[in-house]
Amino acid sequence: MKIHLYVPCFVDQLFPKAGMAMVQILEKLGHTVEFEESISCCGQPAFNSGYWDEARKVATRTVEALESAEVVVIGSGSCGAMLHKFYPELFKETALSEKANALAAKTFEFSDFLVRKLGVTDLGAKFPHKVTYHDGCHGLRELGIKNQPRQLLSHVQGITLVEMKEAESCCGFGGTFSAKFPLISSAMGDVKCSSAVETEADYIVSSDSSCLMQIQGLLTRQQKPIKTIHLAEVLVSQ
Amino acid sequence: MSTGYAKEFKENSGRMSQDLTHRAVIKKALNAYEVKRDENRSKYLDWQEARQAAAEIKWEAVNHLDRYLLEMTEKLEARGTKVFWASNAEEARNYVINLSQEKKVQSIIKSKTMTSEEIHLNSALEKLGYDVIESDLGEYIVQLNEEAPYHLVFPAMHLTRGQIKEIFKKKLGSNTSDQPEELTMVARDIMRQKYLTADMGISGANFGVAETGMISITENEGNARLTTSFPKIHVALMGIEKVLPKLGDLALFLPLLATAGGGQQITCYNTMIGGPRLNDEVDGPEEFHLVLIDNRRTELLSDAEQRDALHCIRCAACLNVCPIFKSSGGHSYGTTYQGPIGSVITPHLRGLQDWKHLSLASSLCASCTDVCPVKIDIHHHLLHNRRNAVSQSPVWWEKIAFIGFTFATAIPALFQLSIKIARLLQPLHGLIKGSLIDPARAWTQTRDLPEIPAKSFRQQWKERK
Amino acid sequence: MNDSKDLILRRIREALKSPAPVPGGHDYSHAETTPTRPKPDLGSFRQFLPEVENDFNSQWSLLSKNFTALKTDFGLLDSKEELTRFVQELQRTENWKRIGYHRGGLTTPIIDSIQTEKVCVNDPYDCQDLEKCDVGISECDAIVAQTGSILITARSAGGRGLSALPPHHLILARTSQMVSDLPAAYDLLYQRYGQSYPSMISFITGPSRTGDIERIVVLGAHGPKKLTVAILKD
Repeated sequence: MKIHLYVPCFVDQLFPKAGMAMVQILEKLGHTVEFEESISCCGQPAFNSGYWDEARKVATRTVEALESAEVVVIGSGSCGAMLHKFYPELFKETALSEKANALAAKTFEFSDFLVRKLGVTDLGAKFPHKVTYHDGCHGLRELGIKNQPRQLLSHVQGITLVEMKEAESCCGFGGTFSAKFPLISSAMGDVKCSSAVETEADYIVSSDSSCLMQIQGLLTRQQKPIKTIHLAEVLVSQ
Repeated sequence: MSTGYAKEFKENSGRMSQDLTHRAVIKKALNAYEVKRDENRSKYLDWQEARQAAAEIKWEAVNHLDRYLLEMTEKLEARGTKVFWASNAEEARNYVINLSQEKKVQSIIKSKTMTSEEIHLNSALEKLGYDVIESDLGEYIVQLNEEAPYHLVFPAMHLTRGQIKEIFKKKLGSNTSDQPEELTMVARDIMRQKYLTADMGISGANFGVAETGMISITENEGNARLTTSFPKIHVALMGIEKVLPKLGDLALFLPLLATAGGGQQITCYNTMIGGPRLNDEVDGPEEFHLVLIDNRRTELLSDAEQRDALHCIRCAACLNVCPIFKSSGGHSYGTTYQGPIGSVITPHLRGLQDWKHLSLASSLCASCTDVCPVKIDIHHHLLHNRRNAVSQSPVWWEKIAFIGFTFATAIPALFQLSIKIARLLQPLHGLIKGSLIDPARAWTQTRDLPEIPAKSFRQQWKERK
Repeated sequence: MNDSKDLILRRIREALKSPAPVPGGHDYSHAETTPTRPKPDLGSFRQFLPEVENDFNSQWSLLSKNFTALKTDFGLLDSKEELTRFVQELQRTENWKRIGYHRGGLTTPIIDSIQTEKVCVNDPYDCQDLEKCDVGISECDAIVAQTGSILITARSAGGRGLSALPPHHLILARTSQMVSDLPAAYDLLYQRYGQSYPSMISFITGPSRTGDIERIVVLGAHGPKKLTVAILKD
C-alpha cells in the first residue's frame, strides 16, 4: 500500500525520531511511505483559537495536497482529530466540503491504522522496561482510540504495561491553552505526572508528542525520575 | 482578554490551581461520587442508549418549546396555578417582591434553586427587609458564609467539616464537634420551625411536564418537600428550557439525573407538583405561582448550532470530571453556572465578549461531552464560542499572528527558517529561562522546553532519499 | 402585573426558525433533519434502564436489596394480625407518644388498636401538632422494585406533610402494590389519576439524606430520619 505519512509540525521539528520510527515501521511492513513536503501544519492552532478563516487557508493546502493520496496515516491523535473530525466542520458548505470529507474518511491515526486497518499488533520490538500509557484526549474521545496502542504494546518483548489511575485525564497541554492559562495547565499536568510516577514505571508512552512535551517539560523541571517516549519509538526498539 | 471578568478569572484560577489543599478537598469530595456513579451507571442495560433517548426527548421539547410551554401552562392554570412569564431577571424578581408585599409576607424559606441565584433574588429580597433562609444544607452553609454556591449541585463542597463547624459557631453560636451528623442536626433543628412559620416557600424546578401541567423537583434532604408543603404560598422558579413533553419521560430523566449528578440510582425525593392544594386535599399551599424565566435563554435558542446546550438538566456531571474545574475551583468562574456547561452558556446569557475567556480556558479534553447524560456537544461549543468571539471582534495581535501563521505555513522555507533561527538561539535561552523577560515565560515558568534536535524530520527524510 | 408571555413566545418562535442539528452527535451537516427513529417513550425506556425481571420473587429480592442499601427498614407480613403486631412492636420499642396518620383501609384498624395521642390529618390539623409526632403513618400508591422507591400522592398518603415532617415515616402497603420499575410506576399514575392528578406526587427512596458536608452521607437532613415499609402479603 502506498501510505502518505502525515508528520505533525511538532513531530517534524521537535520529535523527528518519532516520525522516523513510523517510517521504519510502515516500510518494514512492506508499504511505500510518502511524505508531502509542502504541508507544514494542519491549522489546528488557528482553528482552536477561533480563527477559522485563517485555519481554513492553512487547511486548504493540506486538503489539496493530499487529494490524490490513497491513505493518510497521521502520527498524532490530536492532528488526526483535526483532519478526521474538524476538517468536515471547517469546510462545511464550502467548495472544498466534499474533498475535506474524503480526506477525513481516508485519514487514520498511526496506532489505529496498524491495528484496525492493517491488522498488525506484533512488530517484533523489544523494550525491557516498565511503561504506563497516556491516552491523548483527542485520540481517546474524538477518535475512540483506547485499545489499539495497548494491543501494540502488549506484543513488545520484555515490556510491562501498568495502567495509571489518571490514564484518561488530560495532561493539560491543549495547544494555546497551555500558554494562555499556564498555571491551570501545569496543575493539570501535575495530576497526570503524579499518577504516572505512582505506577513506578520507567516510561510514559503516548501517541501524541504534544502531550509528551507538556509532561516531559514538567517532569524535567520537577526532576522526576520517569521519562517520556512516543509509541512509535517503542515499537522500533530492539 | 481585556475585560475585568477575564482578568479576575485568570488571577483567581491561577491562584487556586496552585492551592494543593483545595485540590485535595475537591478530590476527596469527588472520590466517593465517582465510585457510586460508575457503579450505578453499570446497572443500566445500556447507558449510551439512555443518553441518546434523553437527548432526543430534550431535542423534541426544546425545538417545539412554544408548544410545550403553552401546553404546560394551560394545564397548570386550569387547576389554579398562577403562571408568570418573566423575560428577564428584573421581571422575575419584581414579581416575587410584589407578591410578597401584596400578601404581607414576612419570612421566606427556600429550597435549592440555581435560577434564583441567576436572578439574584436573595439579595433583592433581603434589601427590602425580608427574612430569607436557604434550607438545603449546602446552600445554607454558603449563605451563612456569605458566598456564592461553589458548585451547581454540591454548593459547599469546597469547605471542610472543620470550616463548617467554625461557620456555624460564628454565625449561629452553636457549639458542636465537627462531625457531619452533628452539624447536619444543627441545621435540621433550626430549619424545622422555619418550614412551619414561613409565609412563602420558594423552590426551583428540575423539570416541567407539558402533558399534565406539573413541575418536578429532585432532592435528597426533604427540604423541598417541606418548603412546598407548609407555607401558604409556594413560588417555583423555572427556566423556560426545563419542560419535558410527557409525564412518563420522568421515568428516564429522574434516574438519569440522579446517576449523573449524585452517583445515585434515584435521589431520595422526586416530587411532582401540579398546583396548590386541591379541594379534597388535607394540606399544601393555598397558592402556587410558577415564574417562567427567559433571561436570554431565547438568545441561546436562536443559535441553532448550540441549541442543545438548552438540553442541560444541571446535573453537574461535567463539572465533576472537568480538570479545569478541579484546578480552578467553582468560585473562580464568577458565574452562576460553573464548569464546562457554564463556560458554554454564560457567554450567551451574559455577553460573549465579556465571557469568552471561559471558552478559551479549556484544553478541549472532551471529558465533559463524554459524560453529559443528555449528550450536549459541550467542548465543541467552546470552540464555537471561540470562533464567534473572533468573527465578532478579533483580538488584533492574535489576528496578525495568525495571518503570519498562514503566511509562514504557506511557504515551507519560511517556516523552516524560523525554526532554524529558534534552534540557533536556544542555547542562549537558558540565560533568561522562566524569568520575566523570557518571551516563552508562559511556558517556562513551570515547565522546561524540549531541546530542538539538530535535524528535523523533513531534513532527515530528504537526506535518506 | 402584566407578564411577558407574548414577547417570550415571539422570541421562541423567531429563534426556532432555524433548524437545530440532530441530537446526540457532533455531526452538523444534517441540520435540516429531525430525528428519524421512533420517539423514545415510556415503553422503550426498558431497553436501557436497569433491568428488572418479571416474576414476583426476583422483584421482591431486588426490592429487599434496594431497601437494605438505602437503609429503609421493611417487613413482609403474612396477615393483618401480623401487620398490627409489627406496628405495635415498633410503637413499643420507639416509645411513640404521638402518632400522625391518615384514615385508610390499612391504617385505620391498626391505628385504632394503638392507645396513644393521635393526629389525624384528614381533619384540619395544626402543623405544630404534626411536628410533635414521633411517627407519620401512611399508605402509598406503589412500591418500585427497580429503585426501592415508594410512590405516594397527596391522595394516597394523607396530603403533603404527613410523609415529610415527622422523624419516622411508616408506610403500610400490600405486596400487590409492588411494580417492577419506574416506567410501570408512571403507567400506574396514568391509569389511576389520568383524569385528575393529585396536586402532589412523590417518589420516596430511603430516609432523608444529605452529603453536603464532605460528601459524607448523613441520614435525616430535613425529612424523616427513618423510613419503614410494612408490607402485607395479599
